[in-house]
Amino acid sequence: MAATDVGRAIDAVWRIESARVVAGVARLVRDVGLAEEFAHDALVSALEHWPRDGVPDNPGAWLMTAAKRRALDWLRQVALHARKHDELGADADARGDHVVSDIADAIADAEGDVIGDDLLRLIFTACHPVLSADARIALTLKLLGGLSTEEIARAFLVPEATVAQRIVRAKRTLGEAKVPFEVPAADALQDRLASVLEVVYAIYNEGYTATRGDDWMRPGLMHDALRLGRMLAELARDDSEVHGLVALMELQTSRAAARVDPEGRPVLLTDQDRSRWDRLLIRRGLAALERARVLAEAGRQALGPYALQAAIAACHARAATAAETDWPGIVALYDALAQAVPTPVVQLNRAVAVGMAFGPRQALEIVDALQRGGALRDYQWLPSVRADLLAKLGRLGEAQAELLRAADLARNARERDLLLERVHAMARRSGAGGGGVTDD
Amino acid sequence: MRYMIIVKATPESERGVMPGEALIAAMADYHEQLAKAGVLLDAAGLQSSAKGWRVRHDGAQRRIVDGPFTETKELIAGYTIIQTRSRDEALEWSRRFPNPTLDGSACEIEVRQMFELEDFGDSQAAARLRDMGVGGGR
Repeated sequence: MAATDVGRAIDAVWRIESARVVAGVARLVRDVGLAEEFAHDALVSALEHWPRDGVPDNPGAWLMTAAKRRALDWLRQVALHARKHDELGADADARGDHVVSDIADAIADAEGDVIGDDLLRLIFTACHPVLSADARIALTLKLLGGLSTEEIARAFLVPEATVAQRIVRAKRTLGEAKVPFEVPAADALQDRLASVLEVVYAIYNEGYTATRGDDWMRPGLMHDALRLGRMLAELARDDSEVHGLVALMELQTSRAAARVDPEGRPVLLTDQDRSRWDRLLIRRGLAALERARVLAEAGRQALGPYALQAAIAACHARAATAAETDWPGIVALYDALAQAVPTPVVQLNRAVAVGMAFGPRQALEIVDALQRGGALRDYQWLPSVRADLLAKLGRLGEAQAELLRAADLARNARERDLLLERVHAMARRSGAGGGGVTDD
Repeated sequence: MRYMIIVKATPESERGVMPGEALIAAMADYHEQLAKAGVLLDAAGLQSSAKGWRVRHDGAQRRIVDGPFTETKELIAGYTIIQTRSRDEALEWSRRFPNPTLDGSACEIEVRQMFELEDFGDSQAAARLRDMGVGGGR
């Protein structure tokens, strides 16, 4: 293998294996930052040895062994110092005692293969509520997603130094708060899992509907989140909402190629060329949704919010054309979602479905009430939806005004362009003969 | 990026010999690793060419030819589709694919990058292919 080939092979191996190595070492040293250092030491060692000796048959095991060896050496050193402290008459360092007993466990554990549990521990740690949302995202992508600091920075359009700092601070916070390296106990598990799903979906959404910059989507980030979600579904097989989230992401991703037209402009779902929807991902999404349903039923529980959103996406996926969409079915799902997640945004999305199922007048009542409520003041989709409904009711002047309002609120250059185009299209229509077509 | 890992046939697979426990376990382990890494998209095995057939085109002529076919090494016995961020990652995963022969003898696995929908361009014919779901997309 040429030198550059080995370098690239090592890079690929690292991306595939680093999460497990960090997780395995973290169980020994109980500190994620330290674990990452030892894992990185193993990588450096690989960079020294593999060009000479070839890439090993089981590179993951090689890295794990190298990292754990260094971790055990360190543990012995710490224990040694703690004992010396004892001999000098100092109080037994509680940490020293803890470490000594751990070495015995560590050596025993080194034989076992509980890597799945370790990965779960790592996920829960990286998504710990003591960390800020930004910190959780950065740490998760770094430790579990196999992304470099630079890649994370590029994905979120922030300077690399910012991300590096975020990660350093996150590890320090975890250390200072003495966050244990463990899977949460049964009573905390649901909440903590919800926090993990939130992180994964936040990453996904950043890719699906980029909130900054000129890109409409960042597909790489979507796939990173999907990969994390699928990993989680393997680790937490019996949790309905985990499969619900994966289903949602598979189904939303299935539409990615259709969301942008050949000129690169965003296309609304009902206008999308469905032949560009990815059947493989739809199949996976429906299968994951089915798993979520079966688990919810088995636990005698209602579908959770992610599964409900996935079910809505599934309604679209199953419709061969926009006209065949089961809008009443979608309204029913939104009814359930609004109960679980009674936010104005969900109400707004429900209003869109109501409009499609039962006509714009009924939908406009809901949207007007939301507008009076004031919570969605800065949300571009409120005026955008209102504009749609007004246009269907023939009130084109008001519709245009709403679209301009929406364009002002758009966070993204492409979204803004799309909205302004609709204003022009509407102006052309009203110029051509006034009045729209009512669509009750 | 999507890659298809193509498992070539072996004399055993062509004779319809079911893989033994060890090979099934190795295949299961490998696909489990893919699933746990979140990169597995799809996988399937193909039955021996003895059960299949070919359609031979010769100008305007078309002829059905029943299997089995003799060039075992060129026959496909199965495929696995993975999603990776780079060619190098796909390469590394493919390196780990178990040897599909029952006795660890020589055989081949081929890996090909899949076209994304965009690659087919905007012709009408391409659009009709897409309508049928051919060429899965991103």
